Amino acid sequence: MLVKLIRTTIIASAIIMTGMAQAASVKIGFVTTLTTPAGVIGEDMKNSVELALEHIGYKMGNLDVELIMEDDGFKPDVGKQKTDKLVKQDDVDFVAGYIWSHVLLASMNSVTSADKFLISANAGPSQIAGKRCNKNFFSTSWQNDQTPMALGEYLNQVGVKSIYIMAPNYAAGKDMAAGVENTFKGQVKGKDLTKWGADAQLDFSAELAKAKASGAEALYVFYPGKAGGAFIKQYQQAGLQDKMPLYTAFTVDSIALPKLQKAGLSGVLGSKMTQEWSPDMKNPANERFVADYLKRHGKYPSFYGAQSYDAIMLIKSAVEATGGNLKDKDAIRKALKAANFDSVRGRYTYGNNHMPIQNFYLREVVADAEGRWTTRIIQTVYENHQDPHAKDCKM
Amino acid sequence: MDWNLLITQLMNGLQLGLLLFLLASGLTLIFGIMDFINLSHGSFYMIGAYFCGSIVAYTGSFLLGIVIGLAGVFIVGALVEWFIARKLYREDHLDHVLVTFGLILIFDTLVHLLWGASGMAIPLPDILNGQLTLGELVLPTYRLLIIFAGLLVAAILYVLVSKTRLGMLIRAGASNRGMVEALGININRLFLVVFALGAAMAGLAGMLIAPITEASIGMGNDIIIIAFVVVIVGGIGSVKGAFYAALMIGLIDTMSRSYLDLLLQLAMPSNYAETAAPALSAMLVYILMAGVLAFRPQGLFPPAGMK
Repeated sequence: MLVKLIRTTIIASAIIMTGMAQAASVKIGFVTTLTTPAGVIGEDMKNSVELALEHIGYKMGNLDVELIMEDDGFKPDVGKQKTDKLVKQDDVDFVAGYIWSHVLLASMNSVTSADKFLISANAGPSQIAGKRCNKNFFSTSWQNDQTPMALGEYLNQVGVKSIYIMAPNYAAGKDMAAGVENTFKGQVKGKDLTKWGADAQLDFSAELAKAKASGAEALYVFYPGKAGGAFIKQYQQAGLQDKMPLYTAFTVDSIALPKLQKAGLSGVLGSKMTQEWSPDMKNPANERFVADYLKRHGKYPSFYGAQSYDAIMLIKSAVEATGGNLKDKDAIRKALKAANFDSVRGRYTYGNNHMPIQNFYLREVVADAEGRWTTRIIQTVYENHQDPHAKDCKM
Repeated sequence: MDWNLLITQLMNGLQLGLLLFLLASGLTLIFGIMDFINLSHGSFYMIGAYFCGSIVAYTGSFLLGIVIGLAGVFIVGALVEWFIARKLYREDHLDHVLVTFGLILIFDTLVHLLWGASGMAIPLPDILNGQLTLGELVLPTYRLLIIFAGLLVAAILYVLVSKTRLGMLIRAGASNRGMVEALGININRLFLVVFALGAAMAGLAGMLIAPITEASIGMGNDIIIIAFVVVIVGGIGSVKGAFYAALMIGLIDTMSRSYLDLLLQLAMPSNYAETAAPALSAMLVYILMAGVLAFRPQGLFPPAGMK
């Protein structure tokens, strides 16, 4: 009897509490990687989300913002479990984040089938851009293929004849390789997909030796997070920097650069990559974001951070456009699709598959005025580029 | 056939094998002599890397980082033996696993608290960042150093185990612990020395790999599984077995990463081969272990007198 009474009281108070919370706040769940070596990426995203919330005073319209961070541990099964928890237990309105394509692919259905919104702040697997596109999915990053496609285009422009490709063996790694192969007109002399996940392969000696023996003119790699720093180091130690110029996607970023600078690996200076954003972009939103981030954390934010910052701003724009009526899903969806906010990369629009249609730039590693290594935009490769999978999306 | 590539890959395999040997030799001794399953052996590997990195950052000398780092890991190993492992030798294997798994979590969290999540790059002196050129062959100097250091430690260990009194006790302990105790040997001190020595060798492996891959939290947990495979393939308690098994596994891993995709392309379309090859090469090591367990469960080179 007593047990029953207590149970009823708990359930009743829980209902009342969630009811109250719903009325007065926007609940945002954010899934990223906070443990494992990839935790450095999650840290950058977390810093940026917190900065965004501070910039808007933890308010969207007249609603308070409640943020719940979850760690996916770099594993699809854990990511899905945490997503389920956010959707069912915390009853959040938006789930954002997701660094990894395989984690996003495993987790997406939990959000969209509950008719909640998923904002990817990084991962953009081809499946979700194409056949598995969903009306409740939006991206503040890119579709995986786009950045490497821009790189392939640039390689054509500078007349590179042959390349060797290295990427991790998972959903995004394959997209990143396919993207370059899609646009690059020269010869692909060889390709290695290496072991990935919490116990990813970090010693690339065998692959670097193969790349060198292949006789390819240049090397293209995709190694996000910690693996990027390790790769650059071994590339230089193997003495390849004078023989095979290095082109990268999502490998040389503000997370890897401070460590590379500390280790004195100057071979990375001048190396080129494509990206939709760079810390040196001149627009008020970006200047505020980068300056405050630098002040707070003493280092440049990465593109992961920029996209996470944008995710919060996109949600804010939608919540405000609907006057804070979170029940009206159609109105929110319409407002999200409008992308009516000042993105740190400048304005962009959404395609039918809710992937951004945006510019891609060529960036180069340089030292800033204070000697810190960072990236600078040198040219625009694509203007208002849409991903190639949009045509497979029936939306 | 590209002979330069083959030689380079053989050297790469040798380097990986020797690193595995540094880890597995301590593991096999602890496992064989004390009958103690130490899952947290990989934590010593991680701690070694962080110790070395901090000292290099402070003093600027890589050599000093290795020397002081080794002493540091030796002490940590001795402390773990003294306060934790010692109380567990007579307990069940399940208790070993539970306690040492707990130790992994503790060490990972301690490193997170002390050094942060972002990992640590260890700068190398310029001479080690270069390459050695022999005709067409270009080999990174640092990888040659790892091979040299691994072989040196293997040689020292060989002399220690087969020519000294301590080594005699270690071998005796691995074959028949009860008899060693009955002969009046101070088994506690022997265990302490072996445990700390094993920890120091694991630490050395961590210090050697960190300038290539960076030191990071949990780095030891990835490699410890393979180290256990080495121990089982080589024969539990056998340093010689660990040496041959480590080289074998290092070479299998490197060679399959280098040539398996070409081999598979003969039998299937190249885009399938590209995906299947890395998955299969990650499995090969375990297939080898399964084979050894099925046909020669005592391992390829079990210590003398082991039943």
